[in-house]
Amino acid sequence: MAYSDKVLDHYEHPRNVGTLEKDDPSVGTGMVGAPACGDVMRLQIKVSDDGIIEEARFKTYGCGSAIASSSLLTEWVKGKTLEEAGQIKNTDLAEELALPPVKIHCSVLAEDAIKAAIEDFRGKADNADGSDNAKNPGKAA
Amino acid sequence: MTSSNQRPIYMDYAATTPMDPRVAKKMMQFLTPDGEFGNPASRSHAYGWTAETAVEEARKQVATLVNANPKEIIWTSGATESDNLAIKGIAHFYGGKSGKKGKHIITSKTEHKAVLDTCRQLEREGYEVTYLDPEPTGLIDLDKLEATLRDDTILVSIMHVNNELGVIQDIAAIGELTRARGIVFHVDAAQSAGKVTIDLSTMKVDLMSFSAHKIYGPKGMGALYVRRKPRIRLEAQTHGGGHERGMRSGTLATHQIVGMGEAFRIAQEDMAKGQAHAAALRDRLYDGVKDLEEVYVNGDMTQSVPNIFNISFNYVEGESLIMSLKDLAVSSGSACTSASLEPSYVLRALGRNDELAHSSIRFSIGRFTTEENIDDAIIHVRAAIEKLRALSPLWDMYKEGIDLSQVKWAAH
Repeated sequence: MAYSDKVLDHYEHPRNVGTLEKDDPSVGTGMVGAPACGDVMRLQIKVSDDGIIEEARFKTYGCGSAIASSSLLTEWVKGKTLEEAGQIKNTDLAEELALPPVKIHCSVLAEDAIKAAIEDFRGKADNADGSDNAKNPGKAA
Repeated sequence: MTSSNQRPIYMDYAATTPMDPRVAKKMMQFLTPDGEFGNPASRSHAYGWTAETAVEEARKQVATLVNANPKEIIWTSGATESDNLAIKGIAHFYGGKSGKKGKHIITSKTEHKAVLDTCRQLEREGYEVTYLDPEPTGLIDLDKLEATLRDDTILVSIMHVNNELGVIQDIAAIGELTRARGIVFHVDAAQSAGKVTIDLSTMKVDLMSFSAHKIYGPKGMGALYVRRKPRIRLEAQTHGGGHERGMRSGTLATHQIVGMGEAFRIAQEDMAKGQAHAAALRDRLYDGVKDLEEVYVNGDMTQSVPNIFNISFNYVEGESLIMSLKDLAVSSGSACTSASLEPSYVLRALGRNDELAHSSIRFSIGRFTTEENIDDAIIHVRAAIEKLRALSPLWDMYKEGIDLSQVKWAAH
C-alpha cells in the first residue's frame, strides 16, 4: 500500500513517543482500540493549572497510519486548551496525512484517544479530593 | 546490506517464484517465427507435430515428478483452474441431475481460496459442504475427518502443503479413508510439488492440482492430475474443441507448457538439494530471531516444509512490521490493507488469538535465497521489532505484567 510522505515521515520519526505518570493528577490517559481490531492507541496529556496541554505522549500498536495519526495528534494538542484539543476532528488528521479511505478509521481512533484522555483528566479533577481514581490502565474508551 | 537503490530481498517464494533462466530459455524456443510456434492440435503439418511432441514431452516431465502416467495430466491455466475443474467437475458429475451418489463435500478451513470459494459456489448450487477445523498445529485430525464421512459424501478436498504455514497434511492416510468408501479425493499440491516426494502410484489420490509458477515455471500455467485406475470422471467446465480428452478445451499454450515441463524436470533434479538448502536457511533465520521475547512459530515445525516459515512477534502489528521491513519482500498474516481488517483466516482457524494472527510474518525462501540474505533479514527484523515494541502500549502492559486477555477492550 502506498503511504503519503507525511505518514512515512511520522512513521519513521514518530514525535512524542513515551509515557507520562498515569497516576499524576495533572495527567489524562486515553486508551482506545482493541488488539483484535489491529490497533490500540494510548495517548497521554499533561495539563497545566490554567488548563493548557503542556505535554503529550503516545504509544500505538497498529498500522503505519495509526502510528502517524497519533504522532501528529500529539504535535497538534500541545499548547492547546482542553476545549480546543477536544475539537480536533478526525477529518483534519486524515486530510493532513492524506489517509486513503480504508485508513480513515485510524484518524477516528486518534480523535477518540484525545477525547478519552481529556475525559480521564476531567474525571480526576472532579474527584480531586483524595479519592483513588487511577483508572484501569487497560480501560478502553 | 541492501542499499537504497537495490530491490528488497525477495523472501516471498510461496507467493510466486522467478522463472529459472533455463525455463525461460526453453520457452523462448516456442514463440517466434524461427521457433516452434505451431498449434499442437494441427495434425496436417510439421509445425503441429513438433509442437505436439514438445507438449507430450512436458506432460511426461510433469507426470514423472509425481510418479503418474502422462495420460493422467490435463493442462490448465493454473492451480486455481485445476481446483475449480476438479471440485466442480466431480460435484457436477456425481451430484448433478444425473448424479445418484450425493451432494456432500468435505474440505478444511485452511484451504486456499481457490478451493474455499469454489465450495461456496457449490453451496449456492445446493451442495452441502463440511469445513473441517484443523488442530492448533495446522494439521487435520484423521479421526475427525473420518467421523465426517457420510454415505452421500462425494468428494474430499484437502491441500497437501499449506501456503501460509507450510504444514504437510498426511494425504496418503486420507486417501486410504476415502478410497475404502469410494469417495473421490482431491489434493491441491500447488505448494508441495517439487518440495515433498509425491508418489501417485501408491498414494490413493484421485485428483491433484499443480501450478507452474510456484516452482520456477511460468505464471498462468498449471495442470490437473486425473486418475485413470480406478477411472475418475468429471464434467468439463470449459467447452470447445475437445482438447485434453474433452476435460479442458482450448488451444494448448505450447511455450507455457514446455516451461512447466522444464520447471518440473529441474524440480525433480533439485528437490533434495533445494529442501536441504531451505532447511539450513530457515534454521539460520529462526536462530537469529528466536531470542526476541514472545516469538511464536505458527504451524507444526516438524511436519512442514522448510521453505515456508511463519512466525508471530507478539505485541507488534503486522502491517507496521511489513512497513518497517521495507527492505524485505515478505507476507503478513494481517489483512489490514483490505477494508475488512481481518487477520489471516488460516491463523484464526488454528485458534491463534487475534493479536498473534495480526503479528504474523511469512518468510518463504527458495532457490535463489542466500545466507547473506538471511543475515540481512535478521538485522532488519530485529531492528523493526525493537522499534515497534518501543512504540507499543501492549508491550508496555505485557512488561508490567498485565494480562491482556483480561482487559476489557472496546471493539471498533
